[in-house]
Amino acid sequence: MTTQRYALALGDDALILAQRLGEWVARAPELEEDVALANIALDLLGQARTLLTYAGELEGAGRDEDALAYWRDDRDFRNVLLVELPNGDFAVTMARQLVFAAYQYELYDRLRGSADETVAAVAGKAVKEVHYHRDHATQWVLRLGDGTDESRRRMVAGLETVWPYVDELFEPFDGADVDPTALREPWTAYVHGVLAEAGLSVPEPTASRRGGRDGLHTEHLGYLLAELQHLHRSHPGATW
Amino acid sequence: MSAEWPLWEVFVRAKRGLSHIHVGSLHAPDATMAVRNARDVYTRRGEGVSIWVVPSDQITASSPDEKDAFFDPAGDKVYRHPTFYDVPVEAKHL
Repeated sequence: MTTQRYALALGDDALILAQRLGEWVARAPELEEDVALANIALDLLGQARTLLTYAGELEGAGRDEDALAYWRDDRDFRNVLLVELPNGDFAVTMARQLVFAAYQYELYDRLRGSADETVAAVAGKAVKEVHYHRDHATQWVLRLGDGTDESRRRMVAGLETVWPYVDELFEPFDGADVDPTALREPWTAYVHGVLAEAGLSVPEPTASRRGGRDGLHTEHLGYLLAELQHLHRSHPGATW
Repeated sequence: MSAEWPLWEVFVRAKRGLSHIHVGSLHAPDATMAVRNARDVYTRRGEGVSIWVVPSDQITASSPDEKDAFFDPAGDKVYRHPTFYDVPVEAKHL
């Protein structure tokens, strides 16, 4: 049986990254990338809705997906810090997408075998979605890393920006359906392979940032939530 | 940046057995990305099972100036349609 904490953590990861990626709409380098990033964001939002709904059911306190998304404050969110980081330039976003989609791919691939039917069903659908997210990021990391001097400089900077947040993805999680520490090896094989093909070095290990799973977030999450939540809080139950 | 990305024509096959149909065009830096952009722009509502992309500048088109000479002569050649011919009643299994 999946724990409420675990469903909430995975749902929050997807929700917060969906909101971040949505910020690219109408601001991406090309119209085609606007659409690509919006598609990815909507895939993640779909995952978040199912997972948060399920987290609410497991909690048994009558909270639905909207209650969990709109009526919690930042200290109650359980997403990793990586997904709440500001988008930065396109290279920073692609660095984060590569890191996170490669992680999500290994995660959902294994969650398909979860004894919990709901989680296994979510994973079965989501693994195809994140397979594409991983491919999308891979294509861009290859092109930016192996492109011009400027694109390469930005890609290196993007990887250095997100790298301190990698360790948190693989921290042990009490009550997880899939042990996050087991995902590190396949993740490393994939991501390091992409970086090698792009002619990029793996960033040097630095002090790692953590705390998201315990509700200890960066200052960026509060601003993101203000934008995400203010309509629903101003007009509870609003629909259109 | 747009000026640097070439234009691609996109063809989508709706399902097995049907032909690829031209659905529109888009910008992409290369063929690999053009297929991905086409997936995101033209198949996000389940429109297709296969995508072709072709560089727009690789298409040779007939000229609007040649329209009369090219197409008008076919207008009155009714004998080019199979329905123009009477089929003898003795001819079975046509």
